[in-house]
Amino acid sequence: MSRIQGRFEALAKAKRKGLIPYIMAGDPHPSLTVPLMHGLVEAGADIIEFGVPFSDPMADGPVVQRSGERALKHGVGLKDVLSLVKQFREKDKTTPVVLMGYANPIEAMGTEKFAAAAKAAGIDGVIVVDYPPEECLDFSALMKKSDIDPIFLLAPTSTKKRIDEVARSGSGYLYYVSLRGVTGAANIDLSDVAAHIPQIRKATKLPIGVGFGIRDAESAKRVAQTADAVVIGSRIIQEIENGSPEDAVMRVKNFLKPIRQALDA
Amino acid sequence: MRMYDLPDARGHFGPYGGVFVAETLTAALDELRVAYERARQDPAFQAEFKYELKHYVGRPSPIYFAKRLTEKCGGARIYIKREDLNHTGAHKINNTIGQALLARNMKKPRVIAETGAGMHGVATATVAARYGMECVVYMGVDDVKRQAANVHRMGVLGAKVVGVESGSRTLKDALNEAMRDWVTNVDSTFYIIGTVAGPHPYPMMVRDFQRVIGDESIEQMQELAGRQPDAVIACVGGGSNAMGIFYPYIENTKVKLIGVEAAGEGLATGKHAASLCAGKPGVLHGNRTYLLQDANGQITETHSVSAGLDYPGVGPEHSWLKDSKRAEYVAVTDDEALAAFHELCRSEGIIPALESAHAVAQAMKMAPKMKKDAILLVNLSGRGDKDMHTVAERSGKKL
Repeated sequence: MSRIQGRFEALAKAKRKGLIPYIMAGDPHPSLTVPLMHGLVEAGADIIEFGVPFSDPMADGPVVQRSGERALKHGVGLKDVLSLVKQFREKDKTTPVVLMGYANPIEAMGTEKFAAAAKAAGIDGVIVVDYPPEECLDFSALMKKSDIDPIFLLAPTSTKKRIDEVARSGSGYLYYVSLRGVTGAANIDLSDVAAHIPQIRKATKLPIGVGFGIRDAESAKRVAQTADAVVIGSRIIQEIENGSPEDAVMRVKNFLKPIRQALDA
Repeated sequence: MRMYDLPDARGHFGPYGGVFVAETLTAALDELRVAYERARQDPAFQAEFKYELKHYVGRPSPIYFAKRLTEKCGGARIYIKREDLNHTGAHKINNTIGQALLARNMKKPRVIAETGAGMHGVATATVAARYGMECVVYMGVDDVKRQAANVHRMGVLGAKVVGVESGSRTLKDALNEAMRDWVTNVDSTFYIIGTVAGPHPYPMMVRDFQRVIGDESIEQMQELAGRQPDAVIACVGGGSNAMGIFYPYIENTKVKLIGVEAAGEGLATGKHAASLCAGKPGVLHGNRTYLLQDANGQITETHSVSAGLDYPGVGPEHSWLKDSKRAEYVAVTDDEALAAFHELCRSEGIIPALESAHAVAQAMKMAPKMKKDAILLVNLSGRGDKDMHTVAERSGKKL
């Protein structure tokens, strides 16, 4: 059983909802990334979504963009991202790590080489934002062969036919984008989430994570009424950038704790 | 050559093209694909498009024999396709009219666009005014500074210009920002992409709207010279003017197709925008194509004296034409383009856009090595009024 599947089964058994924080590798500094990852776990993270910096993050809002630009200033590339995960794995062998990024850095490394390196580093899943299932059949097969879950996005605009297609292609979990827009937008539509999740459940047995626009304990709790897990990214990055790097781990933990409590209440 | 029927149903030109976008855009692109397919086969749509090209744009644009330039070069006869004479001064308007008509059919009251040099922005603002649509144009803040006159033109036409601060603050970042706007406002908004790049159906659709350049050329060359040219030459940034003139010639393999990229300060310096000559295939802006990128797969900053060629990718059909060897791609430096700019001004009284000057420079290189009865056809994609500042600066003058 994959670490991701195992984690969701344990959550379901305990009747708990998953908390999936997102941070960008190398932001604010590569030396802080591994401590931040451990901090996320201490604050109650079930899975970590780990951003791969890219120069042209089309699906991301200004907060994640800035975060990527800071990481790129330190020259953080995909190879460095994998080596950070390897370092994280020295102390944490149980928390699933899902890479999230864009296709070009992976293609530049070479998909075969990436699959081998990601497996060796202890990566559990990968979300390639600009790889819809039909454009990455070979890549998905390669990931599955390497015991890495290819995780795909669904959107409020996805048709029923599309939901079926995407549900068939993905593994690990499905990522439902909770709004029409980019990451970190403020216009999450909670009633839309409540309406769409049951539709997706009809098409899949995979757990469903919801992200894009979840900002606090209140929105997390409401989303978790229907979803299996909530993904929080931009607000964590804002915590990281609003203050000195030395206290970043503390700020992020303080931000996540009430959310964890709200999910468990 | 066998019948050319690309792209396939999912927008692939061999390994290039496709739909590489986040799921948030899939439905919008499906809607666009269906609407465009309907328009493509709708005689009423095609008739209105033709009417607009004739009466609003002023088509057909003439082909002109550049007699004095030909004599100076001392070889092949150089003919010029005068896209600079179109309304708004470039080929861009052919495409924006097509897409604006489609937006109107799809009942989208708001259009958005990205722009580098500002020509596509002006062409979009123009048609938005013509059809009474709200218009927002995204433009990198560095380009806003470089192209102040065009920013003002868009303003008087009623468009809102939004400066983009992220990334390298040029065309590619404007494109990212326009995509973000589109994802957010998908119900009300039509995204008018200015070149033959982006996710399917854009590369095919923009090519189809621009093919009028090549269709006219085939007729006009027959009338003027009694035959087709030995080579067709066009500049390539994203590649819409080149695709427009190349496409109707693809099956006529006696005609060489030559795309001219921006070599900037020289390919060896790294300061250029020649994705086909010096890049590697990758995925950006919704399609797989040749890209300028570093070893980590990050898109690199580009350089060209002409803002319209300053783009790190290229339309996927050009990538396919390169690999299949149907077209040949070369690069011309800033200095060579500027020299050609001045040469065309002085010998023909035509002020070309710096983008188009790259194609002129290539013709001037080739012509002397060819026989006097050989024929070159240069696509003069736009006029150079917008470049007066840049040209003055390069000559050490201040306007």
